[in-house]
Amino acid sequence: MEAASKLDVEAIRADFPILQRRIGDKTLAYLDSAATSQKPVQVEDAMRRFTEHSNANISRSVHTLGAEATEAYEGARAKVAAFIGAPSPDEVVFTKNSTESINLMAYAFQNAALDPSADPRFRIGPGDEIVVTEMEHHANLIPWQQLALRTGATLKWIGITDAGRLDIDTVDEVITERCKVVSFVHVANLLGTVNPTSQITRRAREVGALVGLDASQSVPHLPVDVTELGVDFIAFTGHKMLGPTGIGVLWARAELLDAMPPFLTGGSMIKTVTMEHTTFADAPAKFEAGTPPIAEAVGLAAAVDYLDKLGMANVRAHEKAYVAYMLDRLETVDGLEIIGPRVPIGRGATVSFTFEGVHPHDVGQILDAEGIAVRVGHHCAKPTCERFGVNATTRASGYIYNTHEEIDRLVEALGQVRKVFG
Amino acid sequence: MNLDELYQEVILDHYKRPRGAGLREPYEGESHQVNPTCGDEITLRVHVEGDKVADVSYDNVGCSISKASASVMYELINGATVDDALAKLAEFTELMNSKGQSEGDEESLEDAVAFAGVSKYPMRVKCALLGWKAFQDALVRAEASIPGRTDA
Repeated sequence: MEAASKLDVEAIRADFPILQRRIGDKTLAYLDSAATSQKPVQVEDAMRRFTEHSNANISRSVHTLGAEATEAYEGARAKVAAFIGAPSPDEVVFTKNSTESINLMAYAFQNAALDPSADPRFRIGPGDEIVVTEMEHHANLIPWQQLALRTGATLKWIGITDAGRLDIDTVDEVITERCKVVSFVHVANLLGTVNPTSQITRRAREVGALVGLDASQSVPHLPVDVTELGVDFIAFTGHKMLGPTGIGVLWARAELLDAMPPFLTGGSMIKTVTMEHTTFADAPAKFEAGTPPIAEAVGLAAAVDYLDKLGMANVRAHEKAYVAYMLDRLETVDGLEIIGPRVPIGRGATVSFTFEGVHPHDVGQILDAEGIAVRVGHHCAKPTCERFGVNATTRASGYIYNTHEEIDRLVEALGQVRKVFG
Repeated sequence: MNLDELYQEVILDHYKRPRGAGLREPYEGESHQVNPTCGDEITLRVHVEGDKVADVSYDNVGCSISKASASVMYELINGATVDDALAKLAEFTELMNSKGQSEGDEESLEDAVAFAGVSKYPMRVKCALLGWKAFQDALVRAEASIPGRTDA
């Protein structure tokens, strides 16, 4: 089975010292990369080297360190741009995380709503519609929901089928001529579904709406090319793709970034300032107020290098084989019910399940005693939980460094759960 | 980690056979509490008669720790005086915040001392306190709704 993987998992594991960690007397089996991935030594080394050798604030210093720091930061931007197929590094805005990236978009609409001279594509109000899906992480639901509440626009969503797929047949009905923006999840964090994008982007174009993706769970796991996807914006975060916490990315088409009012204002995002007025810098600086996460950008660039070296097509192939094994093995466990697609097609290596009426908290606790780290709870996707009539799930998620043996241990430990609560 | 310490027999027993479960009338105060990190929920009602907690009734979804804790709480405070119930609340809260340093007083806390082990697991302390938090809140509401009891 492991032969199907295009990755040398053992060699990869050697780059992740934390995977040698013991929990009690058990070796860690880290099956929670959908929450945050582990970081290879290459990322830690790059950040340490930068901090020890070149640390300075960016942009304005003329000293050597300042120049090196600026070069490192802008180099990271170029690397990220190339990684996602962006036409220009200037289309990459560094943020704190995906949540901030999506808020940056939502607030472009909200701020434009207050400014009669703003680009009409961002002028939103009563009668206008915003479309998301029922399988969003709260990060791609609440910013739009609140935008709708504040501006009088209407929030609509594409539902989920029993099989855990988007109800694509309803797309034409949900996305109407009144729609200003569609923002939907590329890979669902609870269900593991990889959503098809073309029907939604086609319909958004047809009605003249902007369309974007929450790519938090896709950029780390599969080849993402923004030009091929034909979307207007995507949001993702560093810490789920081997990088550090504290840095996220918003990519948006240059022409859109120019048209958007800024989100956060302050230092570094200006052209001229008087006591009465400010003119803003061009993107991406316009959206990067204050000192940005510089060392984190360096770490993210190292993470991108690491993934590039593996090849994202290989990462995807590894995970396809991995999720097939996960589903096969988990389906053998009595009383286990998978929430989400049960076939390894159009899904990532993230599998949520319920188990025999045992609360996920209890499942997670007993798995922890076996050294197995999974996520339990609603995974910041309460509406998805509600759709499937559950309060919470247990979620196991695989990445480049996970082995089949770890899934075998998970399945065995579920037997232990049954022993305690049976 | 020693699982037996966390999932003691008495806890599993209360989880599988919760005492006093279900919502009942009459009541003067009701509280709904959620644990936003895991989605555990409890709705709890308090019926006060004179200085006594005449009934505590509840409906909850959640993990074994939160459900067992509500059941144990019911046994401890149902029929107790309001002052005694509040003293148990304070004592149990202190035990939960002890980070494994206290064994609890079995004389006073009875089955609830089985939760001493839970205090070592910060992620689970909130589970154990959810029902108690609901009781505290429902009691405040009950007392506010009873004329002459707002002097406290």
